[in-house]
Amino acid sequence: MKEKMKLVMVGNGMAGVRALEELLKLAPDLYEITVFGAEPYPNYNRIMLSPVLAGEQGIQNIILNDLDWYRKNNITLHLNRKVVRIDRKSKTVTAEDGMQARYDRLLLATGSIPFILPVPGKEMDGVIGYRDIEDTNAMIAASEVYRNAVVIGGGLLGLEAANGLALRGMDVSVVHIMPWLMERQLDVNSARMLQAELEARGLKFLFEKQTRELVDDGCGRVRSVRFHDGSEIPADLVVMAVGIRPNTALAESAGIYCNRGIVVNDTMQTFDPSIYAVGECVSHRGTTYGLVAPLFDMARVCANHLACMGYSSYQGTVTATKLKVTGIDLFSAGNFTGSKDTNEIVMQDVAGGKYKKLVLQEDKLVGAVMYGDTKDSSWYLQMIRDGKNVAEIRDGLLFGQSHLGNSGSQGQNLAATMTDGMEVCGCNGICKGKIVRAIKEQGLFTLDEVRKHTKASASCGSCTGLVEQILASTIGGAYAPQSSKVKPLCDCTSHSHEEVRKAIREEKLTSIPQTMSFLNWNTENGCAKCRPALNYYLLCAWPHVAVDDPQSRFINERASANIQKDGTFSVVPRIYGGITSPGQLRRIADVAEKYSVPMIKVTGGQRIDLLGIRKADLPKVWADLDMPSGYAYGKALRTVKTCVGSEWCRFGVQDSTQMGISIERAFDHMWMPHKFKVAVSGCPRNCAESGIKDVGIIGVDSGWEIYVAGNGGIKTVVGQFLVKVQTREEVLEYTGAFAQLYREEAHYLDRSVHYVERVGMDHVKKHILENTANRKALYGRLVEALKGASNPWAKENIHAYEFEPLTVGSM
Amino acid sequence: MNTWHEVTTLEKIPPLGARVITTNQGDIALFRTAEGDVFALRDRCPHKGGSLSQGIVFGRKVACPLHNWNICLEDGKAVKPDVGCTRSYPVRVENNVVYISLPGAAE
Ligand code: SRM
Ligand SMILES: Cc1cc2nc3c(=O)[nH]c(=O)nc-3n(C[C@H](O)[C@H](O)[C@H](O)COP(=O)(O)OP(=O)(O)OC[C@H]3O[C@@H](n4cnc5c(N)ncnc54)[C@H](O)[C@@H]3O)c2cc1C
Ligand code: SF4
Ligand code: FES
Repeated sequence: MKEKMKLVMVGNGMAGVRALEELLKLAPDLYEITVFGAEPYPNYNRIMLSPVLAGEQGIQNIILNDLDWYRKNNITLHLNRKVVRIDRKSKTVTAEDGMQARYDRLLLATGSIPFILPVPGKEMDGVIGYRDIEDTNAMIAASEVYRNAVVIGGGLLGLEAANGLALRGMDVSVVHIMPWLMERQLDVNSARMLQAELEARGLKFLFEKQTRELVDDGCGRVRSVRFHDGSEIPADLVVMAVGIRPNTALAESAGIYCNRGIVVNDTMQTFDPSIYAVGECVSHRGTTYGLVAPLFDMARVCANHLACMGYSSYQGTVTATKLKVTGIDLFSAGNFTGSKDTNEIVMQDVAGGKYKKLVLQEDKLVGAVMYGDTKDSSWYLQMIRDGKNVAEIRDGLLFGQSHLGNSGSQGQNLAATMTDGMEVCGCNGICKGKIVRAIKEQGLFTLDEVRKHTKASASCGSCTGLVEQILASTIGGAYAPQSSKVKPLCDCTSHSHEEVRKAIREEKLTSIPQTMSFLNWNTENGCAKCRPALNYYLLCAWPHVAVDDPQSRFINERASANIQKDGTFSVVPRIYGGITSPGQLRRIADVAEKYSVPMIKVTGGQRIDLLGIRKADLPKVWADLDMPSGYAYGKALRTVKTCVGSEWCRFGVQDSTQMGISIERAFDHMWMPHKFKVAVSGCPRNCAESGIKDVGIIGVDSGWEIYVAGNGGIKTVVGQFLVKVQTREEVLEYTGAFAQLYREEAHYLDRSVHYVERVGMDHVKKHILENTANRKALYGRLVEALKGASNPWAKENIHAYEFEPLTVGSM
Repeated sequence: MNTWHEVTTLEKIPPLGARVITTNQGDIALFRTAEGDVFALRDRCPHKGGSLSQGIVFGRKVACPLHNWNICLEDGKAVKPDVGCTRSYPVRVENNVVYISLPGAAE
């Protein structure tokens, strides 16, 4: 057997272990891994030390990777062993006790150390920083026997320490050198709101005080803190929370280039090519970080290079912070202080306890601070991270996104005001308390992880905003939605939707295996998330060339019918424009009787649903119905809803019924990123509800108004006006061009509302209104793609094996 | 006592697909991986009884069509963090013929 390369990691903390986890996903057998950790514990969730101190959580619950995990992954773990030397010539590291290990690659993840003020008395008992389990235990022990605590530093960490100590019954004073708390995040007014709230909880504050010395109680323990102005306050415990310094001592002693942190390039490599570094110990493009979110980004990139894949690069992370003091909502992100070339939108309601500041640079949001109401924090953060142009929504930006209070979450929009017993996820019946517990105890950091472990937000997704809020307030700045530009399509790849689509187009990839191999998929044949997306992307990019793969379609599309919870299926034939006939109705009735259909229902989409049909009967039912498929199961054109229009209605000014039928016929069999619904109303009374459809058309006396990207489901959103046109041909051309733009650019499973939210209405207008040639080209591509498409229920389109059951012994 | 029964030939199960076998012991799902390995599980998801035969097969797992639990084809166990298990049946492929071993007579 070939000998494996040796990977040694120094520092068994959050960044390093995350890098190992990512590496094991990509290349589980590449290295023989050895880890040295100075602490006696396996990797734990450092940010949960605050809830531990506050008594909301036990130490035993914050372990992220137990000893078993290291064992299962064949990682040799040396706990309680600090590495003191790196010999780069012989590629060995040496620990304090003399233990050595050789490496081919070395990963430094030594974190940072709390800055201790260089004042006389700083070595005394009772003077500590706040960084690890040992510090936390020391604080808890002190709170049991002593009374007076002084926290030096009025930033996030200091306030969390002070809050915890106060909850443990100590008399706590926070000493801050500046005139108000968190001066970098908050202006004086909002800081006073926070201060008042904390004072109401029993904390005391001293501002503009500079510590001169710590005074001895005669037995080597601190007794008081003395300031430069001569005043003095009693202190049996002093916690210094005045900042952190990247822990570079080991790297520096080995001659690795450091400048504030260990300097790394965009691949997380240090100046020594065998040595990588991640976490708080590094300096990347001149920036050091003190939060978890960037470390996770670094870990992903580092793993990609350690796995010898070599294409991922770290570009820096926009960070956000949140104060983890239960009941107080404070959030800041990005460049919240602003600069010469930025401007601000501010809302301040002192009596109501609310403050909001948005920092904009040109048309982009670059920073945000919120106090009292942080429900939109993840929305803002996502826009900051995406560098999204907000010109179109600038007017309403400050008021936030109304995406919360969606259907099925009891109209809730503030996670903070919810009690533990209140339901968050209406699909799966998950309460807030259960989500909070899972986040704390399982060490969850992302929305996906919460979905996996609790199922909350995993079904219809309407409670996603609430779950994000709960996640953000439970883990503070560790929660940061990934920039949607780089978010991987699924766990099988590190490529984003855009990158995948681009490769398919530019590299002329026409099959799923080809795409997976070209893009280095890390699974043999993908998963239930990526295969349907790839199948669609291929069919969209290469119509008539790419071959449909039924095994990469969800069962509904594979069986051309909707699966029900008991395993039977429903059948919804097309009833173009909602117009039916006695003959059609009679046939439907006959089929229902012949196959003992348990329920016939008129749907919300103006057609008829036959529910409870056995799978093996489907082909026979379709043949007997002799009607085309209504695609009620598909990511495809669903219904075109119409009203009676000018033919009958006394108000009607246009023939909406005929228009609807034309559209439904023209765009039948159209596969889409998600389902696509259209409605046509004959006058502005809008009885077909055109306002909440992917494309909504409203007849007016002088023509047709076209609205796009409305949605009537999970997130009710009114469509946006696109254009007014005169003729039927124009309606088809504009509708088709919009549909094709959406088909070509949307991420799989984004409805048109999500797509337009991402790219902006200006982008849509540019492609469809401003550039006639482009509009015609889009429409042309759609027409070309639909050429020859036919009814999936027709006999020649049915794969018999899909429907026929096997039996034992009868071959 | 278990007995082996012929069920079908390999090419009648699409790669990365499944077929249902109806038996007097209930439905059984017969899966085929990309490599041509065949597995059989009781056609009921341990979550809420979804038909696993209708799911998407990938690697050696199937995603249940109802709520997307992933079930391991080899032993019928739900992939973590979900917990649960559905019964699995021994399968053998010889000269392209697929045999399944069922307890008792199962005509
Ligand atoms: C049958 C019907 C309810 C009814 O009895 O009226 C229905 C039934 C289902 N809807 Fe619906 N929806 C039906 C009209 C609607 C409408 C109203 C409309 O189309 O005018 C909406 C809101 C409009 C919209 O989509 O913007 C609607 C919003 C949803 C959603 C949320 C979509 C969203 O993006 O917000 C889902 C979930 C999804 O697709 O992921 C959904 C999903 C479903 C599924 C497919 C659930 C599933 O995955 O199994 C249901 C299938 C039942 C079945 O087997 O037939 N259904 N659903 C309606 C069929 C209309 C038709 O003739 O095609
Ligand atoms: C109380 C508290 C609350 C926090 N709250 C938040 C929050 O809400 N949100 C957020 O995003 N971040 C928060 N943070 C910050 C977050 O915990 C850190 O950003 C993160 O843990 C840094 O990870 P790291 O791996 O770089 O360093 P660490 O997790 O510190 O790991 C470094 C490890 O290396 C070990 N080590 C160092 N030198 C050596 C050596 N020579 N040999 C062997 N081992 C060595 C150290 O002992 C340590 O275990 C908080 C931090 C604290 C202390
Ligand atoms: S038909 Fe629609 S609203 Fe009704 S239960 Fe199913 S998904 Fe929910
Ligand atoms: S029944 Fe299979 S996941 Fe719910």
